[in-house]
Amino acid sequence: MGSIKNKVAIIGMGCTKFGELWDKSLNDLIIEAAYEAYQDAGIDPKDIQAAWFGTDSSAWSGYALAAPLKLNFKPVTRVQNECATGSDAFRNACYGVASGVYDIVLALGAEKFKDTGYSGLPDAPVTTGKGVHTSTESTYRNATFTAPGSFAMMATRYFAKYGLAPEEGKRLLAEIQVKNHYNGSLHPKAHFQREITVEQVMNAPIIAWPLGLYDCCGVSDGAAAAIICRADWAKKFRPDPVYVKALQLSVARDGMINPNFDFAHVEETYRAGQAAYEEAGLKNPREEISMAEVHDCFSITELVIMEDLGFSPRGKAPEDVRAGRFNLHGEQPINTDGGLKCFGHPLGASGIRMLYEEYKQLQGKADTLLNPGKPSRQLKNPKMGLTHNLGGIPPAANISVIIVGNES
Amino acid sequence: MVGIVSYGAHIPYHRLSRAEIARAWGTAPQPGEKAVANYDEDSITMSVAAAMDCTTDINEQSIDGLFFASTTSPYLEKLAATIVATAIDLRRDILVADFASSLRSGTMALRAALDAVKAGSANSVLVCAADTRLGYPNGDAEMSFGDGAGALLIGSDKVAVEIENAYSLADEIIDVWRSDKDQFVRSWEDRFVRERGHGRVVPEALGAALKKFNLTAKDFTRLVCYAANPRLLESIARSFGFDAKTQVQNTLFDSVGNTGSAQAFITLVAALEEAKPGDRILFANYSNGCDVFALKVTTEIENIRNRHGVKRNLAAKRMLNTYQKFIVWRGLVDTQPPARPEPISPSAVALWRDNKGGLALYGSKCKQCGFIIYPAQRVCLNCQAKDMGEPYRFARLTGTVTTFSHDNLAASIDPPTTICAVDFPEGGRIMCDMTDRDPNEVKVGMPVEMVFRKIGTSGNIHNYWWKCRPLR
Repeated sequence: MGSIKNKVAIIGMGCTKFGELWDKSLNDLIIEAAYEAYQDAGIDPKDIQAAWFGTDSSAWSGYALAAPLKLNFKPVTRVQNECATGSDAFRNACYGVASGVYDIVLALGAEKFKDTGYSGLPDAPVTTGKGVHTSTESTYRNATFTAPGSFAMMATRYFAKYGLAPEEGKRLLAEIQVKNHYNGSLHPKAHFQREITVEQVMNAPIIAWPLGLYDCCGVSDGAAAAIICRADWAKKFRPDPVYVKALQLSVARDGMINPNFDFAHVEETYRAGQAAYEEAGLKNPREEISMAEVHDCFSITELVIMEDLGFSPRGKAPEDVRAGRFNLHGEQPINTDGGLKCFGHPLGASGIRMLYEEYKQLQGKADTLLNPGKPSRQLKNPKMGLTHNLGGIPPAANISVIIVGNES
Repeated sequence: MVGIVSYGAHIPYHRLSRAEIARAWGTAPQPGEKAVANYDEDSITMSVAAAMDCTTDINEQSIDGLFFASTTSPYLEKLAATIVATAIDLRRDILVADFASSLRSGTMALRAALDAVKAGSANSVLVCAADTRLGYPNGDAEMSFGDGAGALLIGSDKVAVEIENAYSLADEIIDVWRSDKDQFVRSWEDRFVRERGHGRVVPEALGAALKKFNLTAKDFTRLVCYAANPRLLESIARSFGFDAKTQVQNTLFDSVGNTGSAQAFITLVAALEEAKPGDRILFANYSNGCDVFALKVTTEIENIRNRHGVKRNLAAKRMLNTYQKFIVWRGLVDTQPPARPEPISPSAVALWRDNKGGLALYGSKCKQCGFIIYPAQRVCLNCQAKDMGEPYRFARLTGTVTTFSHDNLAASIDPPTTICAVDFPEGGRIMCDMTDRDPNEVKVGMPVEMVFRKIGTSGNIHNYWWKCRPLR
């Protein structure tokens, strides 16, 4: 099996502000993200040879990307892979270039959820119980899954497994959200840019016990884009391209039906992480990964990801959280832009939005995105950034792990 | 000898006090409470529950028929009996029928089962009677109606209660009725209903039956008879020489309410729980006529004492704190819909393919490695063997809650939705909702049992599956 390491590079990226963008259409979001990326890469739109369009449920086909951008008669593939949609569009775009068929391609993820009028995610498993997580097909004979309920079960089990009283567990999770809200308060493109306190998190209404309002990420509109090109051409476009080191996807549906799954971790995250480290040639992720954007759809998810990706030993993430290891200027900063918690989660866009943050940090340009009067967001000399998406729910996940670095 | 081989009952976990109904309407309080079907229960699910209770320790595959009796079948055209029969895992070469349109439907079905077994066309027939009738809001019937189900297995082997004789009378009268245009049960002026309905026909039928049976009231330990309210029975019983206090079986009006078609069965089950071998019971049911049976308890009664019956069902309860919750559960008011898309209707094709898996709760056990799983898998998750699974039924197993959440976001008639992962002792995990629970009692590691429930109605298809509930 081969490796993507150093075969392709990102030469331009764009990202809209995320939020409840009542006055923007899906087309507006696509155009804003794409043209920022074109400009950042210094290319003409005509240079794009192929495109991959990630959207969960805002559009059906590649046409929805081709039409607003006038990518007339070029190949455009629509990608859907739940919450890993954006990352998977990027992954497939990278392979298009690595195959040698294309030199410069566009990966763009976009989602326009706030036109639906729904609270929560509008997709089928959340709202109708459609049995996509099991083999119950279209009988809808299933538990009443929502996103918060599904992840809350992981919190219940994590607390039980490691002997955390509910109050103690909730307080620990609150610290993660306070950290993410602080990071988001610095970022002008975040949906939520307000700091919060542990007490606010603790006193918020319960959404799905034990998770409360601030344990859950928001629902947002947004789009993000990446221009990917052959690694050996990258420096023709810019002095500081970002190289792709690993692209992994791990998919299983086992935990729903297999009692061996313990609900206190996500096996697919562990597997995707291990495969990514091998692909990138990394031995010690706790030391070698400078920073990560991980799928903090819920507070408990971020906690468990720290263990699954090997940033913390099993059962020890709480200690690292309390010690501030994952804070903005801690030893291993996590979700430096505020994460899903503050950006919200337009499914198709999130994976590429995460890459946008890693890209800016690796280029030393994080402070080009800083709210006025706020302290620096820029990390010191990051070398390796990781992005992680969790599609589905803990017992039945599609996990994307991407590693990017600023040295080839 | 033909008679009752086993009995079972289901009384919903939730009860509503009549004082709360009176409080909601600002009327004078009345004593007692009524059993209220949960929002996920109907006459089919309650029949399954009573049938599961009745067939405890009995091989379902040995049963030759299933009769469903109710005035409140969820389907006007489409059999309910086949849903019940499939859910409790009966064979397909059996007699099935729905008995409808009358509070006497249960005893009519009993009579048909008795005759079928006597005639040799079936060795055993399971008869289920269930009702969830609606009275007009702020009416007498709303106060009195309760929900419940009873089940009797009729056969000729190991008979616990011999049916010695039977008598039926047909009588045309419009006393209590519900037309095809009605949601709520109607009744004529109560004096007419009492005096020219139940009060005329039941004594007439009992008299004729005793004459036919060549027995007198003195031959019976007990009178079990349907009555819309308990007062109706006292004078009738006395007129035949029964002691109203000691010999007339309590119809559970104060604890369950008038359960319609199910009342005669539930009351009989309560009587049988106390009955001793040799006891004789005069059993009668009224509605457009009367069915009368002479029953004699045998020593086999001692072998079926482990049913939930009425006693254990009555003991497990949770009071509904508001009347509003009751009318929401019955769909009598539209509450604010969730900000979600309309649920998509299940596919009748997919449901049909899933009869065994979804209704009878069969998963599979790998013949190569023994791995147990739900739903059934064609490729083994453990050893990857293809098409080596044999059917494995989860319906009667006790599982353990591995994890759960109380979800306020889930669209539900009664939030929060308690969702859990349930693991089973020999293997297998089912993720399902928990019903009939107090959220405060839910813990990781608690034992649960599986119950057949309606998980939704969409496209006017009632979709049945299973949930778990705390072990009762």
